[in-house]
Amino acid sequence: MIKTDALIIGAGPTGLFTAHQLNIIGLKCEVVDNLDKIGGQCIELYPDKPIYDIPAVPECTGEELTKNLINQLKPFDVKFHLNERVDEVKNEKGQWHVKTNNGTTFSTPNVIIAGGVGSFEPRKFTANECEQYEGKSIFYSIKDKNIFKDKIVSIFGGGDSALDWAVELSAKSKVNLIHRRDEFRGAQSTLDKVYELEKEGKINLFTKYQLKNPKGNGRLDSIDIQHENKEIKNLKTDYVLGFFGLIMQLGPIANWGLNLNKKTIEVDTEKFETNQKGIYAVGDICSYPGKLKLILSGFHEGALAARACFNLARPNEKYRFEFTTSSSSILKRLGKKSD
Amino acid sequence: MPKITYIENNGKSHTVEVDKGLTVMEGAVQNNIPGIDADCGGSMACATCHVYVKEEWYNRINEKSEGEDDMLDQAYDPNKFSRLSCQISVTDEIDGLVVDLPKKQ
Repeated sequence: MIKTDALIIGAGPTGLFTAHQLNIIGLKCEVVDNLDKIGGQCIELYPDKPIYDIPAVPECTGEELTKNLINQLKPFDVKFHLNERVDEVKNEKGQWHVKTNNGTTFSTPNVIIAGGVGSFEPRKFTANECEQYEGKSIFYSIKDKNIFKDKIVSIFGGGDSALDWAVELSAKSKVNLIHRRDEFRGAQSTLDKVYELEKEGKINLFTKYQLKNPKGNGRLDSIDIQHENKEIKNLKTDYVLGFFGLIMQLGPIANWGLNLNKKTIEVDTEKFETNQKGIYAVGDICSYPGKLKLILSGFHEGALAARACFNLARPNEKYRFEFTTSSSSILKRLGKKSD
Repeated sequence: MPKITYIENNGKSHTVEVDKGLTVMEGAVQNNIPGIDADCGGSMACATCHVYVKEEWYNRINEKSEGEDDMLDQAYDPNKFSRLSCQISVTDEIDGLVVDLPKKQ
């Protein structure tokens, strides 16, 4: 079990700056994020889009903002646990015991939720019947491509993931590629390759079709796909892959006993604490009267939540407010010489 | 002010007045209409403001933005009347617009 002064859930801009603020005041923290990279929405949704309302930064992209925030954390030892989603948060004798889906466990007096609009999860098929096949015959990501060897694989989607896997798997499997319209949004070179493989009979292309129903008995046998004009085709298939991008969902956070307001968590505006002592929410995921979903607001909220963490992490010490320009202890933490 | 009607998947209908210059998504969010999440805030990056435009209105609203169809690929249960409501501008011409909301975003 990892012991830390504070655990931050979410490695977006708010989570990153909150980690900075914790370290500035001498607290250690670790960060968990469900994505495979640091940056949250800024990296996943709009890495190239310019942002114009970061104070003192006239214009920067989501990616640039993330890079700068990571740089700002360089003096500190912050451990990131990526590709992990926090599933459980339980109170044990005043400490929060936190467990991720990978089995990593933490013990900490402070949990700061900087989860944006929730965790990014793959978008799934519409038909409810798909659930019973999920993880067996229907997948939204590929862990072991060898299981598809010599099988019939039906791939849904029109982006790079769908096209790349269609090309890759067509070497050893029979591949159906199904997309809801006849334009694809993947790289042109991959698309050319797909059309070439279609001519060679290695990929069967079905456009303007969507999945209607999976059919089988425990194991998938075939699928019904439906054309825009309602016509239905049945395709024999062993596996189905869906690549429809990611959607943000509140996920397990909804089960932690926190007061929720729609998809957000209610907090006070002094500590940004939730109804549970030692659990805070900052950034887009928190709500209070007047809340603005701006990155700059997340920075402010994180700074205050970090100060609140001090009392629970260092119950026998008194927090003293200091400026980075003049405090010798802060400069030491930053690895700078004081005058 | 143009009136827009949003019909939830359960049939519940909401008709509201929306300022010209806003988007159909903003009209829903400002009037607390359930069923439009708009997670990304209108930057066409998330496909959670997906609506089905009534057939008779489909060709009367502004055309799709570049890249809108790419995002709609990711939407829940899209069809040929699907649009991202953050890309539909509210003007006098669309006074009376009716959109259906999907089962979920």
